[in-house]
This record gives sequence, C-alpha cells and structure tokens, in this order.
Amino acid sequence: MGIVVTLFFACALLMRPFGQPPSDMDDYIINNAQKETGANNVVAAVVFDYRGYDTLGEATILFTAVTGVVMLFRRTKEEIL
Amino acid sequence: MTESLFNIPFIAVAALVSIALYIILTKRNLIKMVMGIVILESAVNLFLVTLGYRSGGATPIFTNAPQSLMVLPVPQALTLTSIVIGVSVTALMLSMIILIHRHTGSIDAEKSRKLKG
Amino acid sequence: MSKIVRTIANLATPFIFMFGLYVIIHGHITPGGGFQGGAVFASGIALLIVAFNAEKVQNYLKESHLSVIESSGALMFIGLAFAGICVTFFYNILIGSPLFGQIPPEGSNPGFIWSAGVIPLMNVAVGLKVIAGLSGIVLVMALVSSNVRIDE
Repeated sequence: MGIVVTLFFACALLMRPFGQPPSDMDDYIINNAQKETGANNVVAAVVFDYRGYDTLGEATILFTAVTGVVMLFRRTKEEIL
Repeated sequence: MTESLFNIPFIAVAALVSIALYIILTKRNLIKMVMGIVILESAVNLFLVTLGYRSGGATPIFTNAPQSLMVLPVPQALTLTSIVIGVSVTALMLSMIILIHRHTGSIDAEKSRKLKG
Repeated sequence: MSKIVRTIANLATPFIFMFGLYVIIHGHITPGGGFQGGAVFASGIALLIVAFNAEKVQNYLKESHLSVIESSGALMFIGLAFAGICVTFFYNILIGSPLFGQIPPEGSNPGFIWSAGVIPLMNVAVGLKVIAGLSGIVLVMALVSSNVRIDE
C-alpha cells in the first residue's frame, strides 16, 4: 500500500500547473450561452440544456435510492402480530 | 520544481485519497468504513472542481459580472451530479447497516461474513 | 426536546422554507438551482423532525403524499424534455415566445426573471423531486427506531 501512496503523491507533483486547464470546449459555451439559451447562469444552462441527459440520469438515481430506502424498512403483517 | 509546489489543491487531493484508502482497508467497524467511503467521494469532487480553474478567473455568471476571464463551467456541472450520487449511496449504505445490526446483533465486519438464512 | 429548542424551531422554519424557494426559483440568474434549493428545504424539514417527535411530524406529512409529489416532479421534467421533440430531444422551445422568452443583452447586466425558456420550469420540477426525496429518506430513517408501523 505504500507503493500506491507514493504513486499518488508523485502524480500530484507532476501534473500541469494549477491555473491552466487543458480544454478549449468551454470557450464556445461561455461565448454563446446567452444568445442560444437566454440564461445568465452559464452553469444552469450547461446542466439543463447542453448536458440534459446527465440530469435525467441523476433524477433516476435519486428516485431509485428513495424507493430502495423506503422498501427496506417496510413491515409485513406477520411481523407485527 | 518550484512551480510544482503551487499545485497545493492536487497535493490535498492525493492526501485525502490516501487517508480514505487507509481507513477502508484497515478498520473493522462498519460505520468507520462508511466514513472512509464518504471521504473518498469528497476527494474526487474536489479534484473535479479544481481541474477547471483559470488564473485570475471569475464566477461564470453574467449577472453584474466583473470584466475578466471566466472559470470553466462544465466541471462544476459534473460535480453537481456526483454530489447527489454520493448522498444516495450513503443513504442506502446506512440503511443496510441498520438491517445488519437488527439481524446479527453486531456491526463487526468479520462476524457478518457467514451466509446464513 | 426542551422548550428553547422547540421555540427556536418554530421561529426559524418559515425563513428557511422561504430561502429554499427563493434559491430554486432564481436558478437562472444567481448561483443555485433545483438541487441546491431542494437540499435547503429538506434540511428545514429535518430541523422539524429533530425538534419535535417524528410521530408528530408524520401526522402532517404522510408518506403517500410525498410519493405523489416526487412522481409529479419527475413526470413534469420528462414532459418538458419531450416538448421540443420536433427538433431534437432536449430543445429549448420557449425562447421566442412571450411566456419566458426574453433574451438578456450581451455582457454584464442585472438579471431578468422572465428569461431563459424552459430552464426555470425544469428547476421547479427538479426542486420538487429533491424536496420529496430527501424528506422521505430522513422521515423513514427517523421512524425506524420508534417501532411505528409505516402505512402503505
């Protein structure tokens, strides 16, 4: 396990410097989000409009978790009598 | 070498992940294992958010915004989904711990390995 | 719980609910949205469950009503996603129309509420779903140790 911890710290020191992210896709999103969606909040436009499938999957996960928790604590009639 | 000493958020993520792995692998109490899993999930969320930072950037919201560059908005959207998934998994794990305690009477990970009916 | 905790819970709960609804509705202008506002509202309900007994809260907030609210939130979300099916799956159909369709000017501006198409309605749908889901989880887990039968 010491090998794994050493590898983690070596990766943290050798990553690219902190203020320079690697992608250019978000320049298009920041420049065109007000014209195409009409929202001031770019994060809300990304969550609900440009990446709506992920929000649909997350709503399904919430629904499944609530159903699982309520089902695990249900008592049938023969346990009460 | 000196410029890699400014990656303090990435060093913090590595420290959190190693602490969480140590807790999950060596503790025997079930509730301490759940705490280790929650720490691991928080470390991954921190890593996702600090990947998309531009130096001298502002919040990506146009309401009364200052005139400067903007931080990337897509990793923040992915982190939102990840936080909700972490809450759901924690709720299900804690419910199963309550049921294990009701059936076997102890919350030791070694005592609940036998597959009895 | 003691009298001080009950009095403060009675005083603070309407403000927590109002702040949660504010964060949900202004999701396209200020930071926030459906998930964040739903979590604030559900922690207000958790404060009520801790201060009073869970059996007293269950008289007002039955589980069948919570499942109806959650299902209606999910159906509203899917219905809004299918409304623009003539172009593609998640198309923003309400932009030009006078209901929610104002487009804000370029650059920095004070925000307008009646803008951004389908996004405020989706925020309300996801907010209802998160409120009912998290309150249901906290209520069921608080009722387990009191030996109360959970009705259908």
